[in-house]
Amino acid sequence: MGNRVKQWLGVLSAMMLLTGAAQAETKVGFIYVGPVGDHGWSYRHDKGRQAIEAALGEQVKTSYVESVKEGPDAERVIRQLAASGHELIFTTSFGFMNPTLKVAKRFPKVKFEHATGYKRSANVSTYAARFYEGRYVVGTVAGRMTQSNVIGYVASFPIPEVVRGINATIRAARAVNPDAVIKVVWVNSWYDPGKEADAAKTLIDQGADVILQHTDSPAPLQVAEQRGVWGVGQASDMVSFAPKAQLTAIIDNWDEYYVARTEAVINGNWKSGDTWGGIQSGMVDFAAWNEAIPAEVVAEAEQIKSDIANGKLHPFQGPVVNQAGEVVVPEGERMSDQALLGMNFYVEGVEGSLPK
Amino acid sequence: MSESVLMLQAVALTIIGAATPLLFAALGEMVTERSGVLNLGLEGMMLIGAVAAFAATVVSGNPYLGVLAGAAAGALVALLHGLLVLSLLANQVATGLAMTLFGVGLSALLGAGFVGTTITPLPTLAIPLLADVPLLGSLLFDHNALVYLSLLLVVGLSLFIYHTRAGLILRAVGESPSSAHALGYPVIRIRYLALIFGGAMAGVGGAYLSLVSTPMWSENMTAGRGWVALALVVFASWKPGRVLAGAYMFGGVTILQLHGQGMGVSIPSQFLSMLPYLATVVVLVLISRDSVKLRENRPASLGRVFRPSA
Repeated sequence: MGNRVKQWLGVLSAMMLLTGAAQAETKVGFIYVGPVGDHGWSYRHDKGRQAIEAALGEQVKTSYVESVKEGPDAERVIRQLAASGHELIFTTSFGFMNPTLKVAKRFPKVKFEHATGYKRSANVSTYAARFYEGRYVVGTVAGRMTQSNVIGYVASFPIPEVVRGINATIRAARAVNPDAVIKVVWVNSWYDPGKEADAAKTLIDQGADVILQHTDSPAPLQVAEQRGVWGVGQASDMVSFAPKAQLTAIIDNWDEYYVARTEAVINGNWKSGDTWGGIQSGMVDFAAWNEAIPAEVVAEAEQIKSDIANGKLHPFQGPVVNQAGEVVVPEGERMSDQALLGMNFYVEGVEGSLPK
Repeated sequence: MSESVLMLQAVALTIIGAATPLLFAALGEMVTERSGVLNLGLEGMMLIGAVAAFAATVVSGNPYLGVLAGAAAGALVALLHGLLVLSLLANQVATGLAMTLFGVGLSALLGAGFVGTTITPLPTLAIPLLADVPLLGSLLFDHNALVYLSLLLVVGLSLFIYHTRAGLILRAVGESPSSAHALGYPVIRIRYLALIFGGAMAGVGGAYLSLVSTPMWSENMTAGRGWVALALVVFASWKPGRVLAGAYMFGGVTILQLHGQGMGVSIPSQFLSMLPYLATVVVLVLISRDSVKLRENRPASLGRVFRPSA
């Protein structure tokens, strides 16, 4: 009799332990390609991680591994996170795609979220942001602010993501200033402050008075500050590097998405899917406008921002005309997501030819 | 007309900016290699120099102290390299590579607290009167102190290597350490000094990046310039004048390809980006073809361990 009670008690306490543990906290893991202190890409992902902690408090426990090289090492790190009880793992760089899928296969109960990739499975979701929407808003301001009608663009690699940003910028700029052109200099690197700075100097020497960038360091912005022209921050607010020159910054904001996905795991309704969020979802955000921008330009930019958010305006609303003057998307149509994802041509207003 | 002249001037100024950090690192490495020691840790030493210079400038508010700190930090890492390869006789290639990896990691660790901090960069010092000469004035006499220093260093090292007794001893140590040793010269000590000088110059090159080129600290900001400097030394066949030419040519091609792109020259940018490296390889092949010439120029004991007998 006494024995039986003891057994029951044992089972009961074991159950309480189990349920208690399950309720206590959900472990969420992150791997970053750069240091959290890069002031750009990885820094913003880490802000998202902090947002999860702030929103869900005791329910979650987050951890991260920074500066993980894309390649075999990534697989080891992801596997370690999966094996150590993380229920949800964010892998935040394109090059983590295959390692993520490989590990996901071996840990079918763990949920994975891969940023900017295109391969999914039952327990791997993908997500990315429509930065071209942000570029369109910034392009409007650039078109208004330029005096020389030359906008300089420091670009990394000629991939659709980057080409889309260039095209969105010049389309917006020419919508308000038909004389505007864009000069592009490719530095063939995501991150080489010295070369990015040299590219910015080159563009300014060639007449550009607004410098935009699709590289990760604040160097081009810093050059803009030194030379007294305008610039736009990349990925995060870089105003401390260019208090006078920064018009605004396009900010990657993963906070809401990360919190929502974590909540879904906690509530047991997480599903694999693909998310491509823009201004509407808050994934694409902006730093404060420079006070030197005239109020009517700010108002115009804000209007475009809300038009894009509520779907009234699409950055690639037809007619979309390429450099050769051919209509790629006829009037009245919008470019499809698929066409956007594969964009490999310059629109009119971009100088030079796209490296193939 | 005047507009295109201004443009040329602007291009020239940017080229000087791109060439100067390479020039420092390559001149230092040239002296190191002249003593027979190979320092593949150059990239790491540049990074350590860059972070030390930046940190010292933030703390002291004085970029000149920053330059000194960069030099000292580079020298310190070189000293460590020396302990390993000169005193403990470790393999120079492996140790040098380890120094680069070490430098990348350590600089990131030390610099973590300085990411996002800004400083006032190294000021330009216009030389009175000369700087006011039209056209050439601002091209030649309106730079920061490090640009002048780098050019003085080329002259100074040429004189030192070819026209002083100490320079002759340095070369002797690099050519035949055992003969130099037999003549009573302290081979190991001389190699230490050459290596430390090289480390200090790499540190100054790094300081140029974090104090002038892009006045900020960010991880791995040298982005391979240490390796370019190493190639330049061979390219220049260990001669100071040619190091100068090589650094400016490399800087020139880098900047001109950017300008070419901005002007819409329809050469693939990837090709233009690799042009400076390609030029280096071509010259390497050209000078290596003549094995006699190569042997004449190359310090004979380069990279070899020297174990003084008794």
